[in-house]
Amino acid sequence: MTDKKEWPLWEVFIRSQHGLSHRHVGSLHAPDAEMAIMNARDVYTRRNEGVSIWVVRASDISASSPSEKGPLFDPANSKVYRHPTFYDIPEELGHM
Amino acid sequence: MYAQMVKTGVDHIQSKEEMSPEERAFQERVDADIKIEPKEWMPEAYRKTLIRQISQHAHSEIIGMQPEGNWITRAPTLERKAILLAKVQDEAGHGLYLYCAAETLGVSRDELLEQLNNGKAKYSSIFNYPTLTWADIGAIGWLVDGAAIMNQVPLQRCSYGPYSRAMIRICKEESFHQRQGYDALTKLAQGTPEQKQMAQDALNRWWWPSLMMFGPSDAESVHSAQSMRWKIKINSNDELRQKFVDQTVPQAEYLGLTVPDPDLKWNAERGHYDFGEINWDEFYQVIAGNGPCNRQRLRTRVKAYEEGQWVRDAADAYAAKKAARAKAKAA
Amino acid sequence: MAGQDALFEYLLRLGDNALILGHRLSEWCGHSPALEEDLALSNVALDLIGQTQLWLNLAGEVEGKGRNADKLAYLRDARDFRNVLLVEQPNGDFAVTMARQFYFDAWHYLLLRELTGSTDSRIAEIAAKALKEVTYHLERSQEWVLRLGDGTEESHRRMQEAIDDLWVYTGELFDADAVDAAIIRDGLGPDPASLRDLWLGLVRATAEEATLSLPQPGWAQKGGKQGLHSEHLGYILADLQFLQRAYPNATW
Repeated sequence: MTDKKEWPLWEVFIRSQHGLSHRHVGSLHAPDAEMAIMNARDVYTRRNEGVSIWVVRASDISASSPSEKGPLFDPANSKVYRHPTFYDIPEELGHM
Repeated sequence: MYAQMVKTGVDHIQSKEEMSPEERAFQERVDADIKIEPKEWMPEAYRKTLIRQISQHAHSEIIGMQPEGNWITRAPTLERKAILLAKVQDEAGHGLYLYCAAETLGVSRDELLEQLNNGKAKYSSIFNYPTLTWADIGAIGWLVDGAAIMNQVPLQRCSYGPYSRAMIRICKEESFHQRQGYDALTKLAQGTPEQKQMAQDALNRWWWPSLMMFGPSDAESVHSAQSMRWKIKINSNDELRQKFVDQTVPQAEYLGLTVPDPDLKWNAERGHYDFGEINWDEFYQVIAGNGPCNRQRLRTRVKAYEEGQWVRDAADAYAAKKAARAKAKAA
Repeated sequence: MAGQDALFEYLLRLGDNALILGHRLSEWCGHSPALEEDLALSNVALDLIGQTQLWLNLAGEVEGKGRNADKLAYLRDARDFRNVLLVEQPNGDFAVTMARQFYFDAWHYLLLRELTGSTDSRIAEIAAKALKEVTYHLERSQEWVLRLGDGTEESHRRMQEAIDDLWVYTGELFDADAVDAAIIRDGLGPDPASLRDLWLGLVRATAEEATLSLPQPGWAQKGGKQGLHSEHLGYILADLQFLQRAYPNATW
């Protein structure tokens, strides 16, 4: 049985009704892109979850390496001046 | 539970001093409720245990389609038929989400299905009992899904990211499963004498197997202790079983049905129901393959898999041809 | 034929087609070639069960004898069922199921498209809702016919066999009787014969792309629309109606 080929794995991204970006919702198996989109519709939008579907072969995704998490993401921690809360605005000015 | 008595491969719980630096860092992240993600370093035993647990859970979902599927063509109204079909379909979806979660740990769905088909992998004991009347459909929704939810809600917080996310999706979808079961039984309990009898008979047959679902007491189990330390098991079996009994007994009373346990009574001191001795011999027999439906369930699954092979192959062959044609056209 | 009688009969045909095919598809749940397919086939079945409720409730309303969709589905005997023979054919292997589905979807799609222009707004509304669902059904069954027809040698052989075997039941889809004549007269629905060329064109194009050959038009097996069924329907009803028959007047 092990020599049999399995349908490839696809990652599914759905945009919900509220105009947000496509969001990763899960994965599934399908022989090709057309079937992957149909399967995604049948598997991941049974409860009215979406208005648009993207599918990507899991093997085509390039991901950042977990071992580089420190160098990649920690440096942003110290850039506090990028956040609005860093700045004190006089209260009498109201909302800015 | 949908995963019962999952072995961890450890013989004792390591102290911090015994751990390698990686293991210690891993455990500290788990302790701090930081999710573990697929490609990150994890102890081999954690990975293997998760594969066992998640795949057992997935197998239970898809084997669990059979006892309920048994009544899809015989559901008594068009609405009940649609509800039951939608529920069994959800279970296929839940199996699918869980297999995908297991696949992030470096095992393929086909490998997992092969383990199920050749009898190496287990699934929940509960699905080896037959659905003999329509009331069994109500009883499964109410009791079996009720018991499953007890376990699945806390698992939404488990340490492994993909498993946790699958559980969140499953819990969201499952919220109607228990209700529809109780609703179907309510109709029977308020119906004709024959219908009420049907409901009582279903409770009689499903009560004890439902309590067995939580598995034997694991207060002394090193595997459970390890799984809890890894936060892939959140509550002990006894704790969940007690919670289930406490929650379910008033629901049975509301239906006017009798829980088939003469020892069942409210213990004001403990603030819990006391209940009778569970027949663990029966449980171990069912786990070992001697339940009323084990052979039938597995045969049905193997048949579906084998008879689907030419279809899956055809779709693969077509995809390859189409890709080749597109390439030739581009050249 | 009087307008109301014909309309009642016509609505039974629409409802029974959806009911029986939905029933057949629901038999696949848990037994299909992949989990993804279990979900997909169940979605089609659920759409059809929903359509059954709409058509049969309207039929009951038109009849005016207090029967609703459940009464009509669960308490008529085989001779009173009005579905075409095609939909009651057994599932067979996946190729048979997909060939049956494809033949039916292509016809169902064309029919519903016409019914959205029915002079009866109740029919037009149901048809508009169902048309969206069936457009997707047709897309899926077409994709599967392509994959099985142009897949492996084995799948091609099975698909060709299924296409050949079920062909004899397709003629009934385009056959008009007195009920249809009254429906056409009142502008409620199309002449079934008018759908034939469109259907053939659609089916032929997909078959060709799938490297399958369509049989020559020939003898058509008919009778379902008038209540003369194959032996299969009785067993479907034995399952479907068991509880309602065994426990008369109970509520579920």
